[in-house]
Formats: sequence, structure tokens, C-alpha cells
Amino acid sequence: MAEVLIFVDHVDGAVRKPTLELLTLARRIGDPVAVALGNGAADTQAALAEHGAVKVLTHEAAEYADYLVVPKVDALQAAYEAVSPAAVLVPSSAEGKEIAARLALRIKSGVITDAVDLEVADGTLVATQSVFAASYTTKSTVMTGTPVITVKPNSAAVESAPAAGAVEALTVSFSEQATGTKVTSRTPRESTGRPDLTEAAIVVSGGRGVNGADNFAIIEALADSLGAAVGASRAAVDAGWYPHSNQVGQTGKSVSPQLYIASGISGAIQHRAGMQTSKTIVAINKDAEAPIFDLVDYGIVGDLFDVVPALTDEVKARKG
Amino acid sequence: MSLRIVVTVKYVPDATGDRHFADDLTLDRDDVDGLLSELDEYAVEQALQISENSDDDVEITVLTVGPEDARDALRKALSMGADKAIHVEDDDLHGTDAIGTSLALAKAIEKAGYDLVISGMASTDGAAGIVPALVAERLGVPQVTLLSEVAVADGKVTGRRDGDTASEQLEAQLPAVVSVTDQSGEARYPSFKGIMAAKKKPVESWDLDDLDIEAEQVGLAGAWTKVASADERPARTAGTIVKDEGEGAKQLAEFLAGQKFICTSHVPVPRPNSL
Repeated sequence: MAEVLIFVDHVDGAVRKPTLELLTLARRIGDPVAVALGNGAADTQAALAEHGAVKVLTHEAAEYADYLVVPKVDALQAAYEAVSPAAVLVPSSAEGKEIAARLALRIKSGVITDAVDLEVADGTLVATQSVFAASYTTKSTVMTGTPVITVKPNSAAVESAPAAGAVEALTVSFSEQATGTKVTSRTPRESTGRPDLTEAAIVVSGGRGVNGADNFAIIEALADSLGAAVGASRAAVDAGWYPHSNQVGQTGKSVSPQLYIASGISGAIQHRAGMQTSKTIVAINKDAEAPIFDLVDYGIVGDLFDVVPALTDEVKARKG
Repeated sequence: MSLRIVVTVKYVPDATGDRHFADDLTLDRDDVDGLLSELDEYAVEQALQISENSDDDVEITVLTVGPEDARDALRKALSMGADKAIHVEDDDLHGTDAIGTSLALAKAIEKAGYDLVISGMASTDGAAGIVPALVAERLGVPQVTLLSEVAVADGKVTGRRDGDTASEQLEAQLPAVVSVTDQSGEARYPSFKGIMAAKKKPVESWDLDDLDIEAEQVGLAGAWTKVASADERPARTAGTIVKDEGEGAKQLAEFLAGQKFICTSHVPVPRPNSL
């Protein structure tokens, strides 16, 4: 069976959820071979094997943390040359897309980014994308070389499918470009204890209607009652009410959770571009004419300062 | 000392318009107005600020690869304060993918001469955000991408990159390719004087011959990827909309429970950055 190379996104050995989703998709194409790099690479083995990796190629070197992107491209290229896979899959993070693109250029292969689904049709790998603020669904194929595809978080279910996950050391020689961009310091993002925005199954977002940084506490309370991540519209971020790292939209993050709750968000195209592929959409807004109501599965025309806290109480009560 | 900055910009369809695909599954440009990609305005702004903060003689060239109308995007950048513009235009470029676009940009950047390339973090239409990395790979120079702060001094570029899990300070020797996010600083509006001055600034036009690119390396036929189908997403079926008369939260909770969003055993809630 053909092998499929998967780039592992992990933090000191803890595999991030989008990589496990990739393993589910990879099994449709062939045998997943995972590539884990940097500090804690070997510690990824158990999670990767549990979710279907037949092999885990690891390499630890200081370069992965000390220099930007290129060392990882060099390593993925070494893995590609060692394995000759049928496809290369990479999580659609900002870094993942850059790694995929540079690899594709080097191995003279087409690259598709932000796929939301993968299938094999008549022996060809077909990637589904959602484009133009999710107003179109496209299906694309790679015409040249080996498909290199980045896949958005929440595009597949994480499935347990135990496999051997045999660890093998990968041999990597770094290119001259590898040390071009030095990381002179790194500050880990402070954990809020909430799920990561792009990975979360539920996102609760606030917008202009929240009307103040302090008022975001009621959005956070609802999010916490549901185990959700907190998002914000551009208006709320530009007003300084919530950090840019939580911005959902065209110039922020694109999310695709199972449930998206928009509170006090009118639904400008900028925002819709970042959340329109959410499976279920709920909106709470005073303005019955707000365009967000065109997208919803369930909408409440009402004051978010009444509805959101009451909803939080309802959720807590139901959970007991 | 002098510093040559090339800012790459894209002419994109207005996202507030109705964007469609043409019969050949490329963007239907007749259907919607185009403009300078908003995210590229931040790149122009950072080039201008680097110039303003520099003791060196700085020359800012804006570069685009695109159809005839893309000249509008160049004019906007010139009216903001860039010095000159290059328009790579050729009928054979129609339908070029990101890999082909990076080829045209890299060849044009080399021909123009550069110490620093600045791009927006992504286009607002394709939104992949891979062209700056591809251009760096082709030029063989450092990529210092997705910066929310950028500075140039002593032949080095430094900046801050805010990632999912950490914020990083980066440093590279020039020449380098930089991309900047919408957090790098609000882009200025062109002044009337800027708009008038832009009319007199030089705009060079180069075609594929000028860049030693063969027609089959770019365009729809030369693309390494192919869009096989593009289907307009069916309009969502109208949802339930309820006016809150005191019972709104209860009704919504009922809906969420019905969809199994409240029962924790049915909704896997991932913890941050780990299993």
C-alpha cells in the first residue's frame, strides 16, 4: 500500500489535534508515515501510533527551534526522499502552509492549501476547499508531482486506529538557507485554559454589541459553560476589547467548529469569511436586520446582556 | 548607503462584491470591482515607515503581477508614497497558481534589484499566505514572515511573529523577504498631494519575455494544480429566528441541547495544544 507522509505539529511531544485528524484522512489514501521534528519528537510516538501511523520518523536538532521554517522544510524533504510517498499532508497552520509550499516547490509538486476534505477518485487525490468566504466549494487536484496538501483543523474526526508506529531516526542535512532567519527569543502564549480557537469544537464570539472589554466576561462565561473557545469580531479587536489572537475573520483566524455562537456581531463579510463553514451557527443580536441572521440555524433577536448570561445559567443547570 | 525595497501587491476582487468563477474556473474579473488587497496596504505602510525611520537613501518599488486593471492597485500604492511601480502583465499569465506567481514575482524582483521584499501576509482572495515563503525559497534569501512589528537597521531586519503557541523575535541579514500582518500598523490614506504626485510616478510594464519566463511555466496550462469543479454553496436553509421576550435563552438552550451541544459526553472538548 502507498505511504502518505504527515507532518506532525506538536509542542514538546504533545501532538496537536489537527495532526490526529490528518491521520484519519491519510488512511483513506494509504499508510500514514508521520514526521516529528525537534524537542520531544520521539514522545509523539504513542499518540501517532494510536491514531494509525505505521511509522514515525523522528529527528531532534536545535535548529528547529532556533531558526524559522527552513530547517523543517529540509527535514520534510529528507523524509520525502526516503519514503517516496503518494501524498504529503501538513496541518494548515501559518507555519504548516509555509513548510508545505516550500517543500512543493523543491520537489516540483503542486500545493493545495486549506483543504476541508480529501478523497481518492479514480486513483486521483481530490481536495475540497471552501473559497470566497465559503460562498463556493471547489474540488482541486495536483497536476504535477506528488500532491502536497495542507488541511484545515476540524476537517475530519479524530479516530482511534492502532498501528505499529515504529520509530525510525530520520537523517537530515540542513541546507545553507536553514539558518537564515534566527529566532532570537520566544515567549510562549499564556494559556487561558480554554481550547485553542482554530481547534475548538465550539466557539463563542463577541462583537461590537458587547460594547467594552469588561463586558467580554459574559462571553467568556458562556464559553466556559460550553467548554468553548472565545472569538471576537474585528470591530471588538480594533476597539481594544479583546486580543487580536482571538479575531475571527478575513484578517484574523478562520474557524470551522461544530457550533459557532455570534453575540452582538452584525455579520459583515469580513467576519463571515472566517466562520461561515461552521457546522451549526447561532446568533444573538438586537438588530433583526443584521446580516448574520441570514446564516443562522438558530437566531435570537434580543439584547445579548439579557440572553447570554441567562443562556449560561441554562447550560450550567442542564449540565447539573 | 541605499536600501532598495520591493513591495509586492495584489489586485483582488472586492470581497464585499459578489465573487464568481468564470467558465474556465478562474476568477470572473468582469463580475466584480477590483482593488489593492487590504492586507497589502500594510506592506506598503511598513515600507514607508522603514524609509521614514532610515538615514539611508530608500527607494520603494511596488510590484504586481496581474491583468491590465491591476495598475489601479499600483496607483493606490504610489499615492500612499511609493516611488515607482512595476507591472508584470502578459495574457499568458491568466490562471497562474501560487507557484507560478512566485516565479514571476521572483524574476521581476531580481530584475528590479532589491535589498528587502515586503509582502502582505496573504491576499484577501486566495488567502493561502504562501507566496512570500515561495518567493524567499526561489530567491534563496531568508524569509521573515507574518510580522506584527518590523524594523531595519545595520543591514538586518528584525521583527515579531505571533504564532499559535508562542510569540517569536526574529532576525535576518538582508537581503530578505518579509511579510507583515494587519497588526503591523494602520495603513495611511493617500493625501490629495500623494494622489496628484502618483500620476507622475513611473510605472514600468514587463511581460514574460522581459523576465525570461516561458509561457508554459505559468498560466492555467502551466499550473501545477487544477480546479476541477467550483460549486456555489447552496444558500443555508432559513434558520429558526426567535424574538426574545424573556424566554429567548431557554429556547436557545433547548435548541442547543437538542443538537447535543450541552451534554458533555457528546462533544469532545479539546484541551489547548495537547491531546
